[in-house]
Amino acid sequence: MLGKLAVVIGLAGLGLGAALAFTRSPALPAEQFAQLQPGDAARGEQVFWAAGCASCHSAPGATGAAKLVLAGGRAFETAFGTFYAPNISPDPVAGIGGWRPVDLANAMLAGRAPDGSHYYPAFPYAAYQHATLQDVADLSAYLATLPHDPTPTRDHDVGFPFSIRAGLGLWKAAFMPRGWVVTGDLPPDVARGRYLVEGLGHCGECHTPRNIAGGLQTTRWLNGAPNPNGRGTVPNITPAALDWSSADIVAYLETGFTPEYDSAGGHMAEVVENYAKLPAQDRAAVAAYLKRVAPQP
Amino acid sequence: MKKLTALILGLGLAAGATGLAQAQDNSKMVEDAIKARKAQMQLYAFNLGLLGDMAKGALAYDASAAAAASNNLAMLASLDQSRLWPQGSDNMSVDNTRTLPDLWDNIDDAIAKGRATAEAASAMAAVAGTGLEALQGQMGALGGSCGACHKAYRAPAN
Repeated sequence: MLGKLAVVIGLAGLGLGAALAFTRSPALPAEQFAQLQPGDAARGEQVFWAAGCASCHSAPGATGAAKLVLAGGRAFETAFGTFYAPNISPDPVAGIGGWRPVDLANAMLAGRAPDGSHYYPAFPYAAYQHATLQDVADLSAYLATLPHDPTPTRDHDVGFPFSIRAGLGLWKAAFMPRGWVVTGDLPPDVARGRYLVEGLGHCGECHTPRNIAGGLQTTRWLNGAPNPNGRGTVPNITPAALDWSSADIVAYLETGFTPEYDSAGGHMAEVVENYAKLPAQDRAAVAAYLKRVAPQP
Repeated sequence: MKKLTALILGLGLAAGATGLAQAQDNSKMVEDAIKARKAQMQLYAFNLGLLGDMAKGALAYDASAAAAASNNLAMLASLDQSRLWPQGSDNMSVDNTRTLPDLWDNIDDAIAKGRATAEAASAMAAVAGTGLEALQGQMGALGGSCGACHKAYRAPAN
C-alpha cells in the first residue's frame, strides 16, 4: 500500500518536475560563443535585411530612413491575442542597448529573454533558430549602430491562458521544428536558399498553414495559409502552384513585379524592399530553393 | 390648399429627382474613373513588360524598343490623375476596385507616391535605351515606386 503510494508520489513529482522544466527557457551553452569572430556590422546589415527585422520592429507607418529606428509598437493580431513588437533600438533603457551578443542569440535561437522567460512565437524564433552564431554576432554589431529610441515597449494584449508565458515551454517542445524541412545534401546555392527561406527570411511563418495551437504544419511546407492579418490568403509557393521561372522569382524579389507586371502590395512589398537590398545571388538562392520544395497542390 | 400641396409635392419630387439624378451621375462618374485608372495601370504593365522581360533575360535587349517603351511609361506616369480618384470610388463604397479608403485619408501621401512613380519612370526613360545594364539598374527603383502605393492603398487580391 505504502509502496504504491510512494510510486504515485514519485511519478507525480517527476511529472511536476518535467512540467516545471518547461517553464524557464534553457540558455545556449556558453562554449559555443568562444570561437566566434567579433561581430562585423557590415555583414550584420545583410543579416538585418534578410531577417526582416525592420518590417516588424520599426514604428507603425515608418518608411525610408525611419525604418532603421526600431522603436517597436506594431500590432500583430492573432487568434491568441494582439502582440506588440518591442523596442529593439540600442537605447539602454527602452531598447536592448544593454544586451550582449549572447542575449540576442538566446532570443533568436531559443526564444529566451535575458531573465530566462520565454518569448511568444510571434517573434519567429522557430525559424531564426537556424541562424548561425556568427550571423547573430554580426547582427548584434549592426543593431548597435542604429538610432536610439526612447519609446517604451508595449505589453502584449493576450488573455488567459495564453498570458502564462511559462506554458510556452510546452509549445516549444511540441512545435519548434527540429532540423531543416528540406533535408539532404544540397548544392551551395540551394543550401543558401534554404538558410534564407527556412531561417532568416522566415517565409514559412506566413506561407505555411498552422495547427490549432499556432504551430506550423511542416508537412504542408509553403503550401499557403490564411493571411495572419485577417484579410485574404497567402499563396502556395511550392512548385505545384508557383509556375514562375527562376528568373521570374529573382526579378520579383528585386522589383516586386510579377511575370504579368502587376506589382506586389501588402506584406510582400515589405519582403521585396528587404530582399532588393541583398546581393543578387541571395535572390537566386531563394529561387533555387523554392524549386526544390516538395510540390503540394 | 390643393394647389399648395401640389406645389410642395412637386418641389419635393423635383428635389428628389435631382438628387437621384446626381446619384446616378456620380455612380457613372465613379465607374468611369475606375475603368480609366485600371486601363492606365494596364498600359503601365504593357510597357513595363517589355522592359522587365529584357531585364530578366526573357527577351533580347533592343535599345530602340526599350527607349520607346520607357518613354511611354514616363508619359503615362505623368498624366494628370485628378479625375481618376473621385470620392466614393474606394472598395468600401463600390465592388469593382481594390483601392482602400486610406488613400483619401492620406491624399497628400498618395499624391507624393504618384509623383515618385513619375520620377522613377523618367529616370528609367533616361537610360533604358543606352544599355541593358543601365535598364536593369533602374528596375528596382521602378518596382519599388509601384509597390509603395500598392502596399499602402490597395487591398489584397483575395
